[in-house]
Amino acid sequence: MQGKAWYKYLLSLPPMAYLLIFFAAPTFLMFFATFRYAGEYGGLAPWYLHEGGRLTLDLTLENWQRLLETDIYLRLFLKSIGYAVTTTLLCMIMGYPLALMIARSGHKNRDLLLLLVILPFWSNFLVRIYAWMIIFSPAGALTRMLNGALELVGAGPVTLMYSPTAMLVCLVYVHLPFMVLPLYANLEKHDLDLLDAAQDLGAGKWRRFWLITWPLSLSGITAGSILVFIPVLGMFAIPDLLGGTNGIMIGNVIKQQFMESRDWPFGSVLSMVLTVTAVAVVLLGSRLGRRREGR
Amino acid sequence: MQKKNVLLWVSAGLVYLFLYLPLVIVVVFSFNDSRLNAEWVGFTWKWYGKLFHNREMLGAAMNSLIIATVSTGTATILGTLAGMAMNQYRLRLLPLLVLSPIAMPDILMGVSLLLFFIMVNMTLGLLSIMLAHITFCIGFVALAVQARMSSMDPALVEAARDLGASPWRCFREITLPLLLPGILAGALMAFTLSIDDFVITFFTAGVGSSTLPLQIYSMVKIAVTPEVNAVSTLLMLLTLVVITGASRLYPAIFRGE
Repeated sequence: MQGKAWYKYLLSLPPMAYLLIFFAAPTFLMFFATFRYAGEYGGLAPWYLHEGGRLTLDLTLENWQRLLETDIYLRLFLKSIGYAVTTTLLCMIMGYPLALMIARSGHKNRDLLLLLVILPFWSNFLVRIYAWMIIFSPAGALTRMLNGALELVGAGPVTLMYSPTAMLVCLVYVHLPFMVLPLYANLEKHDLDLLDAAQDLGAGKWRRFWLITWPLSLSGITAGSILVFIPVLGMFAIPDLLGGTNGIMIGNVIKQQFMESRDWPFGSVLSMVLTVTAVAVVLLGSRLGRRREGR
Repeated sequence: MQKKNVLLWVSAGLVYLFLYLPLVIVVVFSFNDSRLNAEWVGFTWKWYGKLFHNREMLGAAMNSLIIATVSTGTATILGTLAGMAMNQYRLRLLPLLVLSPIAMPDILMGVSLLLFFIMVNMTLGLLSIMLAHITFCIGFVALAVQARMSSMDPALVEAARDLGASPWRCFREITLPLLLPGILAGALMAFTLSIDDFVITFFTAGVGSSTLPLQIYSMVKIAVTPEVNAVSTLLMLLTLVVITGASRLYPAIFRGE
């Protein structure tokens, strides 16, 4: 049964055909669209001209030129990468103790503690953003308490809503489980005898951590970082709802090109750059992970 | 083992607080008798009452349920095939096609599918949303099935074949029952992903059709109202019921992970 060719195709062809049509083809068409003109009423103009019985291609490089004309888009990308890096680091700082605590607790509690990390993750993405809109709202308790305290020291009132801080808190909140789960999976496999041996040899708590646990957990950190970095990089909903005008990320501009300005070719250019960045990050991460496992 | 590290427990405890406090606030204010989500005024059910008279919301909920059911069914079949193929053969293209959608930011799949559907002259609506949801669900089912299958003993199938069972009978009586926990885990994942998806639906929905997350988005865009708290609370309750129901009916789904 294993050797029969028809069986192999029976299994692999249907999903392959589906993904070729609905994933590979759209991605290719988007790449192609970066060389086309925008349609008069949005969308795309035809990619060929019909003149005097002859077909000629009607393609252009001007969408790519527009990307490079100003440094607006470069800065936007750098800013988005900045948000993604910061979020990843914050997730690491918050997620590491949690993952370590779960991995080092008794077998009985472990499943429950892990479930408690996943549970909020199962509530809707928008609900989780909405929760922070309530917390940061100008009328909310947090803002009023903060401003009350600031008034005592004579500082002016602040608004939390529509600020980069609000955005970052929410970005971390939404993506934290992506860091905790792979980290836990890594930390749980560590051989605790190593730590005991180091202790017997006189290594202190922090030394044991830095010389044993931390280096062993690097592949877990890499996996978690990729899982946090990629979705944050393409995020548009959180800046949209919590970021205000200063919090715009590359995702917002892509959304704007496709839904509001309806300049699809330029939207496609920005999307392609995002795709390439994401692919580069994944490849880099998996190479780092492999090298660590090899040596 | 070592003694408990107090610092570790305290910091982990704070992270749990960070994870749950916002959701608790959403739930608590859904019962608050005030338009503002700011101060506790008194207990009320009225936001839930309003919700059940909101035709748009009910329609969106219905759409979400239809889309999730159809997408889960289709993605489970395609994903199971893909997972089995990836486990049994050394393939190159299929794993790439299965894994790439998982590794890409959602927005890219959203805009490229929008482009694709418009280029093939498809009217955006329930069907385009379903086709999109199937695309991103296949990978998760395939991974769950592949993981399950790699822990399966291939000798079982070989033995059955030696004893004269047809390939179909072999599949029905040996492979399928053994893979079932993986398939169900994948299906559960697909269902929750589909019900929850906002980004890809946002781009592929068109003007006429709305889903629950889209409805929440448009409400939240306009104003923060307790009605959103009520629908959020119900949505959390639904997911909780589905997950605990599944774990009761079929505990093996969760043991595999």
